[in-house]
Amino acid sequence: MTDVTMDTVATATPPARRDIGLKRRYAAERRFRLYGVLAILVGLAFLVVMLLSILTKGYTSFWQTTVSLPITFDEKVIDPDNKRATDPNVLITANYPALAQKALAEKLGIDAKNKPMMTRLKGFLSDGSRVQLRDVVVSDPAVIGTTRNVDILVAANLDSAFKGQIDLSVPEDRRKVSDQQVEWMNKLKAEGAMAERFNTGLFTFGASSRPETSGLGVAIIGSFYMMVIVLLLALPIGVAASIYLEEFAKKSRFTDLIEVNINNLAAVPSIVFGLLGLAVFVNFLGMPRSASFVGGLVLTLMTLPTIIIATRAALAAVPPSIRSAALGLGASKMQMVFQHILPLAAPGILTGTIIGLARALGETAPLLLIGMVAFVANYPATPFDPATALPVQIYMWANEAERAFVERMSGAIIILLVFLMAMNITAIVLRRRFERRW
Amino acid sequence: MKKALLTASAAAFALAASAGYAAARDQIQVAGSSTVLPYAKIVAEQFGETFSNFKTPVVESGGSGAGIKEFCKGVGENTIDIANSSRQIKKDEVKSCQDAGVKDIQEVKIGYDGIVFATDVKGPDWALTPEDVYKALAAKVVVDGKLVDNPNTKWNQVNPKLPDWDIAAYIPGEKHGTREVFEEKLLIAGCKKLGGVEAGKAGGLDDKAAEAACKAVRKDGKAVDIDGDYTETLARIDSNKTGVGVFGLAFYENNADKLKVATVSGITPSTETIAKGEYPVSRPLFFYVKKAHLGVVPGLKEYVDFFLDDQMVGPEGPLAEYGLVAAPEAERKAQREAFDSGKSL
Repeated sequence: MTDVTMDTVATATPPARRDIGLKRRYAAERRFRLYGVLAILVGLAFLVVMLLSILTKGYTSFWQTTVSLPITFDEKVIDPDNKRATDPNVLITANYPALAQKALAEKLGIDAKNKPMMTRLKGFLSDGSRVQLRDVVVSDPAVIGTTRNVDILVAANLDSAFKGQIDLSVPEDRRKVSDQQVEWMNKLKAEGAMAERFNTGLFTFGASSRPETSGLGVAIIGSFYMMVIVLLLALPIGVAASIYLEEFAKKSRFTDLIEVNINNLAAVPSIVFGLLGLAVFVNFLGMPRSASFVGGLVLTLMTLPTIIIATRAALAAVPPSIRSAALGLGASKMQMVFQHILPLAAPGILTGTIIGLARALGETAPLLLIGMVAFVANYPATPFDPATALPVQIYMWANEAERAFVERMSGAIIILLVFLMAMNITAIVLRRRFERRW
Repeated sequence: MKKALLTASAAAFALAASAGYAAARDQIQVAGSSTVLPYAKIVAEQFGETFSNFKTPVVESGGSGAGIKEFCKGVGENTIDIANSSRQIKKDEVKSCQDAGVKDIQEVKIGYDGIVFATDVKGPDWALTPEDVYKALAAKVVVDGKLVDNPNTKWNQVNPKLPDWDIAAYIPGEKHGTREVFEEKLLIAGCKKLGGVEAGKAGGLDDKAAEAACKAVRKDGKAVDIDGDYTETLARIDSNKTGVGVFGLAFYENNADKLKVATVSGITPSTETIAKGEYPVSRPLFFYVKKAHLGVVPGLKEYVDFFLDDQMVGPEGPLAEYGLVAAPEAERKAQREAFDSGKSL
């Protein structure tokens, strides 16, 4: 009997396991993981391609070709009538390019009387040499009559050729540099006079029609003014609004309506804020066109919803027990908010603010309508003077016909990306250091 | 920290309120055509460098129409002083200007610009006529004396001498001043030569409608409106080597190593052929000055004088070097005299 039982137990197939689709479910999970990895890889690939194309096109813009020339500040050229003591305008309007031209001719061993050669020499050096040499003379008039080595910028086409960005194998009449200029370039290069130097001009010059003398100076100042204005206006208004909505206002239809509207505003396309700025600030209130102050106001309107939403989330994340404890110890509601809730919510608020600012820093569309997409060469002394912004300068350079602006555009993108990265990293660091979990 | 922030923002408000911006504007403001923009920039820059007592003017782009609209907003500090335009101001624009209080407008013609067709530099030579352009790009073409929907899909169907390329043309969008010249000098001219106006009238259209039918561009994707600048057109040609783009002469000359220019009616576009009036597709460039701002905005008169000086708009000047076709000497002189006499529209 027992044998039989034993026998049946031994020979009987184990009870069929209920099919719970384990294999299928594991396979589905593996597939899902694969999709996830693929999605990340595609995203990363796009990012790498974008960064690589910007970096490869843009890194050259941080160097600029100059020729080191012994400039003789000849009194006969600068001030032929010797009037500079009485008329300071003489030093401003003097024919400085002629000085650079002469020095270059001497360097290349060209006879000044050889007119055809001298005409060809034109266009080798940048017209910016006028301002460059004028600044030297105006800052130190004693230099007149002496000789000094000055690094003169070369024209943009030669700069591109020097950096190897112009295909010299195409026929001469189809490119912007002549064979003669290339020959001179190689000669100066061999002598070591012509070389690439760090391009400080990219950070200090204003807008210019010549690529070699155009820079981000005005744009950086304009962006800085706007960021300060946005910070000064949007942060207090946004934080006050959120504190009221989150801590004081009674839940009602009305506050619900406000909440829905704030969320909607955060999603409104930025150009709409530009239209609003044009209508209200420029046309109705009569504020100046192209001013970074108006730009700052427009960007404030754009950033406010972001800051309010972030602040409200940060306030709501503070546990109610802290509120109860503060109130229980006899603090007023205002004391509770400012002495307990706000300090605890501060990291979240700051993170939201920085991300809002970073978004505002990258905006062009709202600035278009208030006239900030413009050619501005002078530094803005106050926020009420015409200025541009970093992304605007990128846009303006992207539309230029000359090839040399392409590298400047990419260079400007690199600079803007560095600023944005710095802001975002600050936000992350702040969050890591001060965020508290309950 | 909090208090400091609050005080600072209060201060910023106060600054805004306290007429910080009411101080007289000391910088000329210019807006308008993106074709005129590079020339205006060159002049503005040199103006700022030459006249140390004036600031460099601020130049916005945005298109002729947008510039004139901004110009016609009224008179005062927060309105622009000069509108650049790649076409003549229209009657209704003058009227809207006057309704807004801009009574006196001075017109200044700075020179001429050519519109060229260009293909990728490695492509074959192109010789176009207005008729070819009309037959390739118009919405309706003449077949047997009737206007029918454009059946052409390849350039060699339009003209057997043209290559066997699918028609893909990148033409200036409607907001560009260039578009008007394109329509007038190519589409309408070609249409008239082929009897399109008559065909339209025979089909029951009146004069105006027949002309409008001539310049209507096909909408089936073979003619692409480019609303951006010429760099966008260049990028399109880069990615589609059998595309044909419309450029300004100056832009083409700056990118001659990437583009090959087409002749129109057998004439190669160049500053010489345009100055002589041989090349058919050219147009004058203008800017408009608000007379009420002369003498109020510092440097405005000097800027216009400087612009019109031969060292700027002359055939040897930097504008000509960039690609502007200088007006004949008599015309330049007439422009200077007209501006000095204060003649307004």
